[in-house]
Amino acid sequence: MLTVANLGCERDERVLFDHLSFSVANGMLLQIQGANGSGKTTLLRILAGLNSDYTGEVLWRGQNCRQTRQEYQQALFYLGHAPAINRTLTPLQNLRWFCGLQGFSDDAAIHAALQQLGLAGYADIPCHQMSAGQQRRVSLARLSLSAAPLWIMDEPFTALDKQGVAELEARVDAHVTSGGAVILTTHHALQTRHLLTVVNLDALRTESA
Amino acid sequence: MSRSALGLAGSLGTTLQRELQLAFSSPGRIVNPLMFFVIAVSMFPLGGRMSAEVLGTIAAGVIWVTALLAVMLSMESLFRSDFDDGSLEQLLLSPQPLYFHLQVKVLAHWLVTGLPLVVISPLLGLLLHLPEAGYGPLMLGLLLGTPALSMIAAIGTALTVGLARSGLLLAVLVLPLSIPVLVFGAGLVDTALNGLPLTGVVAVLAALLVLAGTLAPLAIGAALRISVH
Repeated sequence: MLTVANLGCERDERVLFDHLSFSVANGMLLQIQGANGSGKTTLLRILAGLNSDYTGEVLWRGQNCRQTRQEYQQALFYLGHAPAINRTLTPLQNLRWFCGLQGFSDDAAIHAALQQLGLAGYADIPCHQMSAGQQRRVSLARLSLSAAPLWIMDEPFTALDKQGVAELEARVDAHVTSGGAVILTTHHALQTRHLLTVVNLDALRTESA
Repeated sequence: MSRSALGLAGSLGTTLQRELQLAFSSPGRIVNPLMFFVIAVSMFPLGGRMSAEVLGTIAAGVIWVTALLAVMLSMESLFRSDFDDGSLEQLLLSPQPLYFHLQVKVLAHWLVTGLPLVVISPLLGLLLHLPEAGYGPLMLGLLLGTPALSMIAAIGTALTVGLARSGLLLAVLVLPLSIPVLVFGAGLVDTALNGLPLTGVVAVLAALLVLAGTLAPLAIGAALRISVH
């Protein structure tokens, strides 16, 4: 699906990574590892197309992502550091907009997704009245609403309780089983039934040094 | 499943709905620019001893400049919360065309911040002894001009949303770009007061609106992509 060729990125005259190449196929779970400040988030943002300040190429199904932006974005689900949930709106309002941006409307699916995440009855409560973990769950409800085959997730386990972490791991496993691909960063020891591919940015840097 | 595909219009509808919900859930976004507009304009008569006649001649200019400032100040909130909470990234990553979503977003913002200014402007005209023939052209000019100003200001907002304190920089970026709208907007009232035909000036204002409405979303999109880096 996604091929990264010879990717390099500098920030403030400091090389974050260079000559980075890997590819992500269907049914693959890829974890980006590295210490704080090693460029994990920057790498994910480059892959998602949010950061274009890099050398090398990011190819989606053989074509440069910059040229096939719309097609690529159709296939991409990105979960960033920030939850992308407006705190003054309710979960229902937030998720309706998300669905609208994907080009469909489906209130029943939104309610089902919220229920699945233990937020039944919270659909019409402004998000600022909810805890950080609950807001994170609202953000994760988008996973069930998205049909994208490629998930890019930056620290998705932040603020989740034990049960939430287990549920999300199961969700990631199910996505990989069904032929999707997941790229994520986490500092938590990921439990998965699938083969975990690791790209370690620290090792990469010591190699090249 | 009751999933129904939305066309482009439906998708834009959800953006419009969201922006309006946001505005009405924090009424300060609607009321503050309006209050600023009223208070700032009403300070001009207090600032100097001016005869009703003199006030009448500067009324259009005062109202237009203040409206411009009100639009610009209200624009600060356009992308701020979306930038902070990550919603902006989702908008940029949407497979839907960004151009139209940005157009709708600015339009929705104008509906709740710019349109009230247009509606209340005759009252301020009265306060400044605007001659009777000036009211219609004032409102018409603002109706065409404020959405154009919103579009122009949104470019500046998009460029500065990543900065912590953007107020003055925003003014420096946006005010020079707003001059044509200001000149023809205030000029429309003068033209009317001098008893000259309005068609030409109205056409120029309408053209400026079309120009801003079609070109600004491109610039806003490019600016946002830079800002989220």
